[in-house]
Amino acid sequence: MLISALTSTSDLFLHLWQSVLPHYLLNTVLLAVYVVSLTLVFGVISAGLIVHTNIMGKKILRWLLILPLAMPAYIVAYLYTDLFDYAGPVQRALRSMFNWQSPQDYWFFDIRSLFGAACVISLVLFPYVYLLTRTAFEQQNQNLLRAGRLLGLSPKQNFIKLILPLARPALGISASLVLMETLADFATVQYFAVNTLTTAIYDTWLGYGDLPSANALASVLMLFIFAVVFVEQKARAAQSQQKSMINNQQQVIILSAGQQFSASCCCWFLAIAGFLLPFSLLLVMVFEYSTSAQFFSLLDSALNSLELALYVATIAVLIALVLVLFQRLSRDISKNLPIQISSFGYAIPGTVLAMAMLATFGPVDHSINDIAIYLQLPEPGLILSGTIFALAIALVTRFAAIANGAVSSGMKQIPANLDLAPASLGVNLKTSLAKVHLPLLKSSILGAWLLVFVETMKELPAVLLLRPFNFETLSTQVYQLISDEMLEQGALGAILIVLFGLFPIIWLNSSNAKTDKTTHTSSIANAFSSKKRPQRN
Amino acid sequence: MLKQTYLLGLKIFTTEKAEVLRTEPKIIKPLCRIEEPSVLQRSSVVNNDEKTKETPLYFSLLLLTIISFSALWSFNSFASDEVNVYSYRQPFLVKPLFEQFTQQTAIKVNVIFAKKGMAERLAREGKYSPADVLLTTDISRLIELQDKKLLQAFESAIIKKAVPSQYRAQNEQWFALTTRVRNIYSAKRLGDIELDYLDLADEKYRGRICTRSGKHPYNVALVAAIISEYGESKTLAWLKKFKANLARKPQGNDRSQVQAIHQNLCDISLGNSYYFGKMLKDDKQKVWAEGVNINFPNQANRGAHVNISGMALAKYAPNKANAQKLMEFLVSKPAQQLYAEINMEYPVRTDVKPSALVASWGNFKADTLPLETIAKHRKTALKLLDKAQFDL
Repeated sequence: MLISALTSTSDLFLHLWQSVLPHYLLNTVLLAVYVVSLTLVFGVISAGLIVHTNIMGKKILRWLLILPLAMPAYIVAYLYTDLFDYAGPVQRALRSMFNWQSPQDYWFFDIRSLFGAACVISLVLFPYVYLLTRTAFEQQNQNLLRAGRLLGLSPKQNFIKLILPLARPALGISASLVLMETLADFATVQYFAVNTLTTAIYDTWLGYGDLPSANALASVLMLFIFAVVFVEQKARAAQSQQKSMINNQQQVIILSAGQQFSASCCCWFLAIAGFLLPFSLLLVMVFEYSTSAQFFSLLDSALNSLELALYVATIAVLIALVLVLFQRLSRDISKNLPIQISSFGYAIPGTVLAMAMLATFGPVDHSINDIAIYLQLPEPGLILSGTIFALAIALVTRFAAIANGAVSSGMKQIPANLDLAPASLGVNLKTSLAKVHLPLLKSSILGAWLLVFVETMKELPAVLLLRPFNFETLSTQVYQLISDEMLEQGALGAILIVLFGLFPIIWLNSSNAKTDKTTHTSSIANAFSSKKRPQRN
Repeated sequence: MLKQTYLLGLKIFTTEKAEVLRTEPKIIKPLCRIEEPSVLQRSSVVNNDEKTKETPLYFSLLLLTIISFSALWSFNSFASDEVNVYSYRQPFLVKPLFEQFTQQTAIKVNVIFAKKGMAERLAREGKYSPADVLLTTDISRLIELQDKKLLQAFESAIIKKAVPSQYRAQNEQWFALTTRVRNIYSAKRLGDIELDYLDLADEKYRGRICTRSGKHPYNVALVAAIISEYGESKTLAWLKKFKANLARKPQGNDRSQVQAIHQNLCDISLGNSYYFGKMLKDDKQKVWAEGVNINFPNQANRGAHVNISGMALAKYAPNKANAQKLMEFLVSKPAQQLYAEINMEYPVRTDVKPSALVASWGNFKADTLPLETIAKHRKTALKLLDKAQFDL
């Protein structure tokens, strides 16, 4: 991709640069800044309140705040634009209440704007920050915080001077994750009529039919992401942190009744806006419009979705295992490289990734067919690029970051002694991996598997382009109806996607609650963290 | 020995302070020392059962390979009485037609639907592509396929007879199935007015016009048609004034513009003809459509801009005979009638009437500009839209 980017035609670039590209760039940067800061604010505040205060309804909120993860962004975007648009129920109600006639009579925020888009995207993405920050807060050494208090810091100062800086790795990692997710997104911002660099990529590719220029733009986008992530990493690498696993009692700040009320309002707002409201809107639509016939017609797609998610999650986890074992056992200097490279797929927009897959497997398929013809065997057809295979590989590439992170963080929690102990007892490597490491990794593997599973259920653009004949998944079905302004008909499919995502998330969280604080959630949290964590081996 | 190691590891992890190291120093001490007693994996080890120990990596890998390969083969095994369609059109629009086709001929129709990158996929698949037939909306996409040399010409007396030559390629590589007008919708409150496309730039409609993204193929084709009529500079000026007249940033689709008119956000919008009929048939959208008149622009001069949905035969179609059958079926009278009824588009056959509802909007004069000319100006149109910053 980079090669074709370098040789791209500059003519079109010049035109774009003179007309719309500066605007797109500005939009992209603004969107990224808004989304990252909003998710950080949402995530840190909610995590802080949940961990460090005696907020009301703590137990429910603790897991309720993760649920927006199960909502596909394009569905939430559709629901909110519909709700707050000029023609939407909210503004209609306001108009009839105050007898306003036209948009000139009153001011209402424009949901189809850059800021509207940033808000909605943030509502869906903030759980990443929340999840990682919460885990980081919970793992912080409480003695340090007590010391801070003893030295005369107020709880507020304590939070700003100690807790936040200590949680910086989690913040940096979750922010870069949010950044990648935001910039790779196209469908969502399109609903908001916001043009970003991704719009330019699609325009040059599909509109002007200029793939090299589109590649060049995509590379610019990726460079931008790498630069941000790299700077953040460098800044953090200078710091070193000691991780304390001493399990001590959490100190909780006791809030006054008023404070408690506003604090829990804050958290409830996030939970409602990010999950409960869109989910109940969908439920209402399901009850109004869905028929049992619809359900049965969705059954096929649901099975396809499940099948695909099953393959992708399994392959991703197996690859992650191999990479992590390599990282663990290799003495090579470059041992971290494979795992890091494989994690960058997350930042590539789905459609671009799909094209890359076709470019990769197309020639392979051709040679397979050529060989078959030469050997006078029946032509197998496009057994790689024309089947679920290419699709699965594309999705594995995209979600490898998640699987790698989860598994490698699990591996890091296994002390090096366990590599040595079996060896010292004369057990060969194979057996010790199978009998010691794998069982110990079980929970991280499961966590990784479930996360990839959820993400695959939601994924749309790559599936749309790479799927084989007659292969509908839940997300493609819902998308087709949404793109024709008929989400009502697709609500059932949307609910199914959410539910499929919901159960694993709830399960992960509840098992986390049972088994102390460092198994499952932290494996999710570290899922994202380890890929960007400076390696200190 | 093995079991011993395993149990030891288990003990270490289940004991918070790693007492075990002290109780069994003979084994461990000389070799390594645990510095950080870890309680991390307590639960997972305790939960660990026999099964995980007995099914190592290799087995699951093997199993997976077997499963996935069998899946691949099953996906790829197409029987001979099939035809494969790559479609830009949404499945629920064409499904009833395909079902009827299968009923008549017992040929199974396989479909992939995607809006983005279909041509690219076809090009990458090259000569082993399974695609037989391509179904698109918008003339530019057909021409794009043709220019990329992804199509093949085909002889069919039936198609020649059914489709007027204006809606067929000169080189017989593609043909239209239906035509659609780019209409101007105006609010009923404006009364009966006649509107031309150029009127969209008229200052008296300042702030009263809505449209979907200028870069949507339907709008790009319209701009291209205007370029071929008035030239680039005049079109750019028109686009800039048009942009200045917009009530809001271009957004949504053709239907949501009519909804905006209904909500008094604007008075005039651009939209394809069939959406009017579809909205009238939808319970929720009926009220929107009832608030607007449908105008056929440029009736006094060139005629209204017409686009097509069309069909083509893929260059390396493996099931060519079946593909031809499908194409001939879709231009047949009953299929065209079905098309007209379901999708509210104008059938390409002159001897098939549009649906009663569509016919009630009256006859109109269509622009006779060759479709190829429109497609030729597409890139220029895109550039002008960028220059006018139409979507920003």
